[in-house]
Amino acid sequence: MNLRPYGDTALLLDCESLEEARQWFSSLHGDVEAVLGARTVLLRGRPDDLRTLISRTTPADPSEEHLGAEIEIPVVYDGADLDDVARLTGLSTAEVAQAHAGSSWSVAFGGFAPGFCYLDGGDPRLHVPRRSSPRTRVPAGSVGLAGEFSGVYPRESPGGWQLIGRTHLTMWDSGRSDPALLTAGMTVRFVVET
Amino acid sequence: MTLVVDLPGLLTLLQDQGRPGLGHLGVSRSGAFDRTALRQANLILGNQPGAAALEALGGGLALRAEAPVIVSVTGAVGAITIDGAPAAYGRAVPLGRGQRLGIGSPNTGLRAYIGVSGGFQVPPELGSRSTDTLAGLGPAPLAAGDRLDVGVRQPTPDLEDVPPLGRSAELTLAVAIGPRDDWFAAGAVDLLLESAWQVTPASNRVGVRLAGPPLERSRSEELPSEPCMRGSIQVSADGQPVVFGPDHPVTGGYPVIAVVLDRHTDRLAQAAPGQILRFRRVPQR
Repeated sequence: MNLRPYGDTALLLDCESLEEARQWFSSLHGDVEAVLGARTVLLRGRPDDLRTLISRTTPADPSEEHLGAEIEIPVVYDGADLDDVARLTGLSTAEVAQAHAGSSWSVAFGGFAPGFCYLDGGDPRLHVPRRSSPRTRVPAGSVGLAGEFSGVYPRESPGGWQLIGRTHLTMWDSGRSDPALLTAGMTVRFVVET
Repeated sequence: MTLVVDLPGLLTLLQDQGRPGLGHLGVSRSGAFDRTALRQANLILGNQPGAAALEALGGGLALRAEAPVIVSVTGAVGAITIDGAPAAYGRAVPLGRGQRLGIGSPNTGLRAYIGVSGGFQVPPELGSRSTDTLAGLGPAPLAAGDRLDVGVRQPTPDLEDVPPLGRSAELTLAVAIGPRDDWFAAGAVDLLLESAWQVTPASNRVGVRLAGPPLERSRSEELPSEPCMRGSIQVSADGQPVVFGPDHPVTGGYPVIAVVLDRHTDRLAQAAPGQILRFRRVPQR
């Protein structure tokens, strides 16, 4: 892990892997405001204080990870990019749905928009690039793929992920005590809905 | 007590101190772009420094008081009128029943802040009355006919008035280099520090987009999404920098070459399209 400067009110932990970043996030979040990225953790505070805190912290034991709750998300696999994803992966559209629903995903980190989470650990055959040009409007509940990740758009927004389906679950509701349906560490299983 | 929106202006938003500490849920801090001006507008009135006020972009706003209130205007400087007569900038100003407060387009700066004694009392979302334009949280932008409830009036303290925003042809912001300066070609950091950057019309609360010489990358691969902040200078694929504002995305996929020091990010709120920005490096560990 490398420490990188981030202005006068933050510090960036640059890690080797998402797993390492997640461990640092678990150890530090709560003591200090922390945001997790794909390989990084941004900590808010005076850089000198943060350096001291980090020198006294050991990253969380990996065995404590993935102990979160499991959740099922029903998906109708009729996304606008389903044919493109099938072509990119060499699978049929039915096989894309089976691969996506057949693997167990874990909630890696949030970001991009309220309630949006990056899910990883799914079937490696589903690794596809982002769309070459992002859509200006992606409907709420859209289920997408980008790189090693899958995700569900919590509300209508612009977006560049390959859309393979949609769910009727409300991913984000500011009025709920837990506004986000998904939080880091949870396990997600997608279920084919016809 | 209520203020009625006669004219909503170009874009007028409710803003307070925002939503700190929710980045892990994908929620940015948001809040007033010019935090200094918000604080001034409230302190003049005896409000809490972070009480909700209006952030009016580009003027054109008119509010009518249904009952006597005390208001203040800070931030961008332009014509301020009550029933057409000039009113003071940076002071507590009484607005009588039926009187109309007008905020003209700014001569200096871009965003004016209108405070009211007692603060604006719209229902908060996630603990804040701020509109986050990217995330879609908080109240909608003001529209004609909106009725804005006002809280209990505070005993107004006898404060000094606020000096008007200074006008400058060029704005110089202090930056700390990094975290991703090593993703750029040799000379890119020097180019960032030596060039005159022009604020483009595509700028908003998400980011102030700058035009200037392209900052070339040395690494072409995609940066794994990483958290960003108000003040992050992210360089997009075309080599042009964007300085993130209060409604920035929580994570971004382009490298951040440098970060504007926190206290200087308020000045960005007042940088109008066409304004020239320069960056000055501060020493760091």
